[in-house]
Amino acid sequence: MSDIETRRAFSDGIRIMLPLLPGAVPFGMIAGVVASDAGLDALAGIGQSVVIFAGAAQLASTQLIADVASALVVIFTGLIINLRFAMYSAALAPHFAALPRGRRWLAAYLMTDQAYALSAMRYASEPGMTLSSKFAYYMGGASVMWIVWVGATAAGYFLGNRVPPSWSLDFFIPLSFLALVVPNIRDRANASAALTGGTVAVAGWSLPFNMGLFLAALTGIAAGYLVERFTSARERK
Amino acid sequence: MSQETIWLSLLALGLGTFLLRLSFVELAGRFVIPAGLTKALRFLPAAVLSAIILPAILRVEPGALYFGLDNPRLAAGVLAALVAWTTKSVLATLAIGMSTLWLTQALF
Repeated sequence: MSDIETRRAFSDGIRIMLPLLPGAVPFGMIAGVVASDAGLDALAGIGQSVVIFAGAAQLASTQLIADVASALVVIFTGLIINLRFAMYSAALAPHFAALPRGRRWLAAYLMTDQAYALSAMRYASEPGMTLSSKFAYYMGGASVMWIVWVGATAAGYFLGNRVPPSWSLDFFIPLSFLALVVPNIRDRANASAALTGGTVAVAGWSLPFNMGLFLAALTGIAAGYLVERFTSARERK
Repeated sequence: MSQETIWLSLLALGLGTFLLRLSFVELAGRFVIPAGLTKALRFLPAAVLSAIILPAILRVEPGALYFGLDNPRLAAGVLAALVAWTTKSVLATLAIGMSTLWLTQALF
């Protein structure tokens, strides 16, 4: 394994990630802005991007902290949203399992939707990649994403500190989620999951321990699953 | 929540998230996720995020939902959803949603 090849894979990873970075900037800034709006101090507001490093979970936990939810609810909801990382982990495992532990853990820590998607695509199209090239390619993209994300959150946090509460910046949270969810609702199954989840969450809003949120997640997933089974069974006929 | 509780919650969430990311990589791919679970997880983002969106749009102050049509968040949210649907643009969704909220808050 030559150094040149590894370095080329690393800069290749950076190059492929570049077009995806501008999309992460507004979400990172919003994560910082709403954290300062919700009264998180700088350590929590910016540090969350280092310890959690996952946009949707950060926005959700900020929303729940602002709603005075309990700590357990904040943790559990964030983990549910981040369950998808276990799927990415399973998909990347065949490529990363043979790495030394330090590199394995670093790769896991830097896992994002973008780093996973780009690497999985490249590994599939280039079956001959060596272990260190795979790692370097992944690390190139994943590390620039980390720098941009943490930087954007910090910028957002300090910006948010200068804005009075009357600007209702907390509204950026549902807006960000709308921008993420709505364009992806392209089939009946996902629409049912979204409608059921939203309705059950509103209906169960006053239940203790935010049980409404968990009921909404369960019933929403069940609705999507059932509608998909029903529609695909009908198509087979 | 006190700042200390917030720190600890975010730390715990960060640690749990790291373990989710590490899970199968560390198990050396010895286990696979059942196909049914993978399918169910496909609907998780739509279900969970909608469950956060709707109450946040109907919430006027912490702890209370407000269903009236004169809720400025409701108008702004519906308009933003339409923009997200038609343009698929993150920035357009944020800009229209936020400016509608500011406009209705200023007018009423």
